[in-house]
Amino acid sequence: MLRVENLSVNYGAIKALKKVSFEVKQGEIVALIGGNGAGKTTTLNSISGILPIHEGKILFGDKDLTRIPPHEIVKLGICQVPEGRRVFANMSVLENLEMGGYSISDKKAVSEGIERAFTLFPRLKERMKQLAKTLSGGEQQMLAMGRALMSSPKLLLLDEPSMGLAPMLVEKIFEIVVEINRQGTTIMLVEQNANMALSIANRAYVLETGEVVLSGIAADLAQDPEVRKAYLGE
Amino acid sequence: MLLQQLINGVALGSTYALIALGYTMVYGIITLINFAHGEIFMAGAFVGLLAVSILKLNIFVAMLLAMVVSMSIGVVIELIAYRPLRRSSRLSALISAIGVSIFLSSLALMIFGADAKGFPSTAFPVRQIKVGEAEISSLQLLIIGISALLMMGLEFIVKKTKIGKAMRATSEDYNTAALMGINVNRVISFTFALGSALAAAGGVLVGVLFNAVSFNMGLMAGLKAFAAAVLGGIGSIPGAMLGGLMLGVTEVLGVAAGFSSYRDAIAFTILVLVLLVKPTGLLGRKIQKKV
Repeated sequence: MLRVENLSVNYGAIKALKKVSFEVKQGEIVALIGGNGAGKTTTLNSISGILPIHEGKILFGDKDLTRIPPHEIVKLGICQVPEGRRVFANMSVLENLEMGGYSISDKKAVSEGIERAFTLFPRLKERMKQLAKTLSGGEQQMLAMGRALMSSPKLLLLDEPSMGLAPMLVEKIFEIVVEINRQGTTIMLVEQNANMALSIANRAYVLETGEVVLSGIAADLAQDPEVRKAYLGE
Repeated sequence: MLLQQLINGVALGSTYALIALGYTMVYGIITLINFAHGEIFMAGAFVGLLAVSILKLNIFVAMLLAMVVSMSIGVVIELIAYRPLRRSSRLSALISAIGVSIFLSSLALMIFGADAKGFPSTAFPVRQIKVGEAEISSLQLLIIGISALLMMGLEFIVKKTKIGKAMRATSEDYNTAALMGINVNRVISFTFALGSALAAAGGVLVGVLFNAVSFNMGLMAGLKAFAAAVLGGIGSIPGAMLGGLMLGVTEVLGVAAGFSSYRDAIAFTILVLVLLVKPTGLLGRKIQKKV
């Protein structure tokens, strides 16, 4: 479904990604793990088209995404939940969801999408008139996910959904991620919380200073002594 | 007497507010002070003047025409002078803006000459209406009425329409707006169109009010409206409206109090004071630096 080949991205003189290649197949949950500054967010932002890439290809189906503007990429079926949630703080919950459905011109489809988001996250329905900045961290994460789902993406990119959340909430969020995947959305998950990520992913890639250093079945990686030492705190 | 000055101040302030809105909306979205905005206001005044004096159009139709023409000018300026510099430093875009400003006023000087032109006296019949002690002219009423109408229209667009909501989303978080499928380039064009239309309406109203349209009228009006936008809090739409009105009233009261030779200094004194005491302005939000 998504194939990234030899992707390199530079920030000025700094090489953030060096010839990164990976693949996401239809129906999978693929985790991209690694420490701070490994290039995880850079990878997602290149896929979403908000970063200019230096070289390489990003193929979605048989379409190369590298010259396509971000809003067209959303239309093709890739949506991202950015790191730190980035809800529109001074807009209401409802307006945030509407923005997620911006690419849909059919008004009925938008209100159906909002209903779906409310079924998945009933808390959002209770707070639909509130400004997003008044929500708790967990609720904001739910809103960010609900907002991204509005465009009915085929591939959902999740950037650090566990960031800054209490352990109980993290589990809840990951349960929802699995549920979203079960309903047919392919997921690419970026996480520093490698333990949680590997527990729900099918496959995973380990990124270190801009390079893929390990890849494989998530369950195998979770047993790998190197991974356990570097990312699982053993 | 005070009531009279207040009416004069509100009428003048409404025109500042109309111009200030363009500064503040553009700044809210691409953090650029569009220094060519005053010249868009001037262009609007000229289009209005030509429409009334040559095409013999009614003042309201002339104003609509001025708004449409200025809209296109604003959109084209963004397209050729700012968009290619979107990823460069902010200073480059600012310099480009100053360049456009000089270009447009020089162009107007070449086409229309250096003298101020007046609207024909038939453009808008002025009558005085008694309100208690004070007198309000039909022209002031027109200015206040049209400004109020335009600002309510703007409020509706920004609060209720899809593109208006996209404007707010883009001004809050440019990248995330793009990630949600919003065509940010189109939103930016729309913002320039809206701001330019309001400035053009202001240009026609000011042209009729002072009965003078000249190539350099955008300079002082633009700087004062910029001061008004900063006073209200740059980036804030209600702030620009409030700042414009307050600046107009202060200026008129200052003149009435005998400081008429300091008329233009009042706006800039306010600008300096706001920047010293409360740089976010009256209604502005604290600007978070995006990493």
